[in-house]
Amino acid sequence: MIKTKALPFRLKKKISKRKLTTEDIIFDTCNYLFMILLIIVMLYPMLNQLAISLNDATDSIRGGIYLWPREFTLQNYQHVLGEAHILQALFISVARTLIGTVISVFCTAMVAYTLSRQEFVLRKPATILFVLTMYFHGGLIPTYLLIRELGLIGSFWVYIIPNIIGVFNLIVIRSFIDGLPNSFIESARIDGAGEFTIFLRIVMPLSLPVLATVSLFVAVWQWNSWFDVFLYNSSHPHLTTLQYELMKILQNTNAALAQRSAVDAFAGSEAQGGNVVTPMSIRATMTIIVSVPIILVYPFLQKYFVKGMTLGGVKE
Amino acid sequence: MRIEMPTIERNVNKQPISKRKRTGIKEFLYQLKQQKTLLLMCVPFIIWLIIFKYLPIWGWVIAFQDFKPARGIFEQEWVGWEHFKFLFTAPEFYRVLRNTLAMSIINMVLGFVTAISLAILFNEIRNMPFKRVAQTISYMPHFLSWVVAASIVSHALSLEYGIINTVLLKLGIIQEPILWLGVGHYFWGIIGAAEVWKNVGWNAIIYLAAIAMINPQLYEAAEIDGAGRLQRIWYITLPGMKPVIVILLIMNMGYILESGFEPQYLLGNPMNIHYSENLDIFVLRYGISMGNFSLATAAGIFKTVISFIFLFAANHMAKRLGQARLF
Repeated sequence: MIKTKALPFRLKKKISKRKLTTEDIIFDTCNYLFMILLIIVMLYPMLNQLAISLNDATDSIRGGIYLWPREFTLQNYQHVLGEAHILQALFISVARTLIGTVISVFCTAMVAYTLSRQEFVLRKPATILFVLTMYFHGGLIPTYLLIRELGLIGSFWVYIIPNIIGVFNLIVIRSFIDGLPNSFIESARIDGAGEFTIFLRIVMPLSLPVLATVSLFVAVWQWNSWFDVFLYNSSHPHLTTLQYELMKILQNTNAALAQRSAVDAFAGSEAQGGNVVTPMSIRATMTIIVSVPIILVYPFLQKYFVKGMTLGGVKE
Repeated sequence: MRIEMPTIERNVNKQPISKRKRTGIKEFLYQLKQQKTLLLMCVPFIIWLIIFKYLPIWGWVIAFQDFKPARGIFEQEWVGWEHFKFLFTAPEFYRVLRNTLAMSIINMVLGFVTAISLAILFNEIRNMPFKRVAQTISYMPHFLSWVVAASIVSHALSLEYGIINTVLLKLGIIQEPILWLGVGHYFWGIIGAAEVWKNVGWNAIIYLAAIAMINPQLYEAAEIDGAGRLQRIWYITLPGMKPVIVILLIMNMGYILESGFEPQYLLGNPMNIHYSENLDIFVLRYGISMGNFSLATAAGIFKTVISFIFLFAANHMAKRLGQARLF
């Protein structure tokens, strides 16, 4: 590597105040234009879906809705949220996200604590057992058969129990606990605290930052899951989630759109008179409902995510 | 090291004899008793792990059986390599394999190039608030589910309202709207673009971290030597990122048969199935939909074994090159 001595202060100032060259101006202009394009590409699709969801369903068929609804209405939302099975799916989505996150984070942290104890006899073998499963797993069919044998199909717990411990999260939490000063734990032990008390009263509160990060990982994952619903509970309508319901709508419209032109596909619903919703509007409305929780929280949470990613990567 | 050895031994000698005598299995049992709370906190989850993660690996035996769901796993008829033979002679399997490899390689190359470029461009922005806004927005799609992403993609590509067709028509690039998802050979490109849209901002984070590690004095020196913006990127930023790029490339080799499942499944339709069906969808279709558990398991085993070989090869390569490695 080339070694350079620190520049004298005056010279440094000179550089930063130097006049922009033509190359700089062209480069910066292009870069900023590109960034604006990037922002548009990332945001436009969501805003477009929002506009369609807020626009009158039959009017949307005419097309040409970009960023702003042409005939504003909340009817789509009324219709979607008025459907019993969508409300039920919303309930299941929220329940699996909350219950799944609480159970998973608590149990993962507990195991992470035991694996971080240097003197624990099972520390090495248990760590290896857990980490191996990151690279080695039975695959779709054997897992499906196991879940079936265990009688978890058609049960809410199929969303929670198979996902109690996330190995990546386990490593993230363990490396954080490893970094805590040992003296906290030692002094608590001298005071007569048992392992579980130490975990609950000392390690958990000290690990709040990493537990927040992992909770977010788990919560987003639980909220976004649809495949296990599809695999295990697709014939149990009372246990499906919002993502799964959106997936079904998507598959239906995909099939319709692929076969005929969209106008033909949607014409039927207009002719029925009383029916004011179309697959396109329902899809847009569902898309917004499903993404709103994440879009609302993620700007606040992104720094945790990024931190969690680096934490997991460093020690792995 | 050698100098330290005697001190350690002396310490051992200083320990009370009663503690030193307890060796081997006795010591182990003593410790087990001492650590029963820790065991209680850990062992139930090890049992969970064995049931949910290791038991399914035993399920691999059904690839060598003619699995009938009504019978138990040991009462099945054994057929040996029959299912593998069927798999490797089926032309459909090679089409599925081709799709998997193609989409995986497209995703990898496209993912690397776009994420690295984006990180460099982010790094060149001097206006910090703007940089932060652009970056935050760039990884928004990463947090949306694939269902939402697929819904957006299929809307953007639709015949009448799709923004892609609208823009291309207005620019005069195409004369008639294209049914993007209805033409098989567009599918790989669509998946590649969707993956980039969803993940480019997120993937750029690690490269930005790598750029942040580069010594800023290198840039100052280059500037004094008269290097322009592009030259600085080419001769300082890119070489500075090289170690990270190399290790990530090697690590990704291990996932060569993981072309993703969700986007292909969600965007696939009967018109593009010849290009959209990959190994995971093949397993799902044969296994769950058609109930041919044995054949699907055989395909799953094939995938895992190949992935494992690649993973170890990649790990070995990383070790040889002196880079950080997977395990």
